[in-house]
Amino acid sequence: MELSRRDALAALAAGGVTVGATAALDGNPFDGGDEPAPDRPSPEERLDALVAVADVVYPAEVSGVEEFVRRYALGRVEDREGYRDGIVDALDTLDEYARTWHDADFRALDAETRESVLDQMAVDDADPDPDGSDRERVRYYAVNELLYALYTSPTGGELVGIENPQGHPGGATSYRRGPGE
Amino acid sequence: MTDGTTPDRTPSERADVCVVGAGPAGALVAHRLASDGRDVVILEAGERFDFADRTERMERAIRPAHHPHSVWEMGGERDAYTAAGERSYPLNAARVKGVGGTTLHWQGMVMRFRESDFEPWPIDYRDLRPYYAEAESLLGVAGADDNPFGPPREEPFPLPAFEPSHSDSVFAEACERLGVAMHSVPNARNSEGYDGRSACVGYGTCKPVCPSGAKYSADHHVERAESEGARVIDRAPVQRLEHDAAGDRVTAAVYAAPDGRTHRQEAREFVLAAGGVETPRLLLLSESSAYPDGLANSSGAVGRYFMDHLFAGMGGTIDRETRQNHVGFITSECHQFYDDPTRGTDGPAGGVPEWSGDGPEPGPLKLEFLNYAGPSPVETALAGDEWGDDLLDSLRESYGDSIAMGGLVGQRPRKENRIALDRSTTDDHGNPVPEIHWQLDDRTEATLRRANEIQAAILDELGVEVSWTVGPEATGPAFHHMGTTRMGLDPESSVVNPRLRTHDLRNLAIASSGVFVTSGALNPTLTIAALALKAADHVDERL
Ligand SMILES: Cc1cc2nc3c(=O)[nH]c(=O)nc-3n(C[C@H](O)[C@H](O)[C@H](O)COP(=O)(O)OP(=O)(O)OC[C@H]3O[C@@H](n4cnc5c(N)ncnc54)[C@H](O)[C@@H]3O)c2cc1C
Ligand code: SF4
Repeated sequence: MELSRRDALAALAAGGVTVGATAALDGNPFDGGDEPAPDRPSPEERLDALVAVADVVYPAEVSGVEEFVRRYALGRVEDREGYRDGIVDALDTLDEYARTWHDADFRALDAETRESVLDQMAVDDADPDPDGSDRERVRYYAVNELLYALYTSPTGGELVGIENPQGHPGGATSYRRGPGE
Repeated sequence: MTDGTTPDRTPSERADVCVVGAGPAGALVAHRLASDGRDVVILEAGERFDFADRTERMERAIRPAHHPHSVWEMGGERDAYTAAGERSYPLNAARVKGVGGTTLHWQGMVMRFRESDFEPWPIDYRDLRPYYAEAESLLGVAGADDNPFGPPREEPFPLPAFEPSHSDSVFAEACERLGVAMHSVPNARNSEGYDGRSACVGYGTCKPVCPSGAKYSADHHVERAESEGARVIDRAPVQRLEHDAAGDRVTAAVYAAPDGRTHRQEAREFVLAAGGVETPRLLLLSESSAYPDGLANSSGAVGRYFMDHLFAGMGGTIDRETRQNHVGFITSECHQFYDDPTRGTDGPAGGVPEWSGDGPEPGPLKLEFLNYAGPSPVETALAGDEWGDDLLDSLRESYGDSIAMGGLVGQRPRKENRIALDRSTTDDHGNPVPEIHWQLDDRTEATLRRANEIQAAILDELGVEVSWTVGPEATGPAFHHMGTTRMGLDPESSVVNPRLRTHDLRNLAIASSGVFVTSGALNPTLTIAALALKAADHVDERL
């Protein structure tokens, strides 16, 4: 199932960001601010890292992930410096672990190794916490951030069988329809 | 504004009425009196929340990192309390402090009490009937006149009812076979745009937050009151009420401001609308030499007879798609067993058996058909320990076939259930915190068992594999705080008279479910709203 621009807008709405239907949502969420230091990842590399996490935590049958994640992250961090810093910090943390164990940034690892990094960090059973330990912040700002985006979007809901998931303002008629109606 | 950033929290020089609390009771009193041209000041302990933040609050409610109390900033020293009864009471899950009060968090089911509910009261259904109609129109109630067990009504609901859910239609088959009636639920929720608020758009998170404003919350009437000239001072918890030398009239409400200063708001009339726990607490805190046991407490009834409704429920899975969790409210109920909970039913496939239990007979109960049974996929996803394809498989496995019923049962007024002061623990202003003494009696437990019996008969007829039951052991409160400043004719045994004025003080009224004499088994807020409008009329007469 393909994640569309509409899904990104819907997921943003679930997070308190109202974006006009005609909004451009162009650009990179990690752009802006100061010129990154030479030893720091560029905005493109950061976006790649977030997409790399999505590749692990999203089910194989969704497509259009890169565009979805880019648009979603763009809307999420607009005018929210603190939130952007939270995501950036979680991605940097992932890179640190990836470099320690595999000598490469997270985004440069193959799919299996990325998953193993998250497993080794025990992010799967970490309690999400924006102010917590490394694994708790990675769970909050990277893994859960992306899962929230997916499963409050119509396409994410449909994957499970609920086209109007909680958090998505999908109207007051879907609850009346029977299966397949 | 005094300096452009800090709101002016000094008292108004001249006020006709000072209202304490900006929940639905206070909001409606203030709106009505301000519309009548009265000078009204509302003192509200909590803050004024920005409507634009509601979606972020919803995210907090869905994402597991955030404590449920953080959605509306509850908890901490300000909200400290002691649960001293046999049963613990989670008070801060049961209220919100802020402009709009607990309706910011509530579910929004709104029924009129039935005629039988008023039997022990000094007023009856007829006295409240016009106020009920008005309250329905102010709150924007969506409903249909299809409840054969409801009290008489002439005028239609202001908004059409929400149509039954797919899940209701699954229940309807079994209920028909058993002779169990189903009917709509009045909802303080816009089935169409109403009074400047949006129609429901299906966020599905009504409780604890509706981002669209389709669910009624009392901040709406606070704003309306302000546009009629009322003044609201937020973050201004009232510390105590002062009275004149004769002990006849309240002279001022003493409140604290965030800058540490204390102010006195004087007024001709005072209306307490601080909810069923803080209202009696404030009276107890206002003890004086004339009122050594607490203000307006010559009867000794202040804080006593605390009642709540109890939840009874049952649910499991069925071999069909039930399509839960699209919306966060319910669309069907059954009030058939309200007046006679022991009755059986007759249908083509048998019926619900009569109550066979020994011991005390059950009291009033109502049954609910839930539209949010079982897990919400997004919440499961965020709290689980899987991702990728494994997570999707688990979500598909857990979502789709859940089904459940809920229900409410009432409690009888008992003197020993009460709100007192815990003088060993103080809040952020050094005041003793509320101490809640609460327990269930045999009759309430029998009623919970009876609700479970009926639920079991219906779920069994449907072929549901029952996986959970909430009965007398696991039950919890529905967060309806009643009885603590009860109404009555006799000043020796009650706190307010049928005009909602305290027997002891001539210019002090109470608008709250605290004045309820009995609890019934129906959600209280429409009755609170009707009583608030009645109280406002009597205040107006006195001015
Ligand atoms: C989870 C939940 C679901 C609910 N669902 C329903 C439902 O479906 N149907 C229904 O009928 N009811 C429901 N209720 C109950 C409903 O919310 C209350 O009955 C209603 O809000 C009570 O109105 P009130 O104005 O008396 O008090 P509140 O709404 O509690 O407002 C009281 C206000 O007074 C303020 N205050 C307190 N002390 C002071 C002080 N000393 N000085 C100044 N201000 C003070 C508080 O900060 C608060 O803002 C629900 C409640 C909860 C918690
Ligand atoms: S489903 Fe509930 S939360 Fe969503 S818009 Fe309707 S009333 Fe509001």
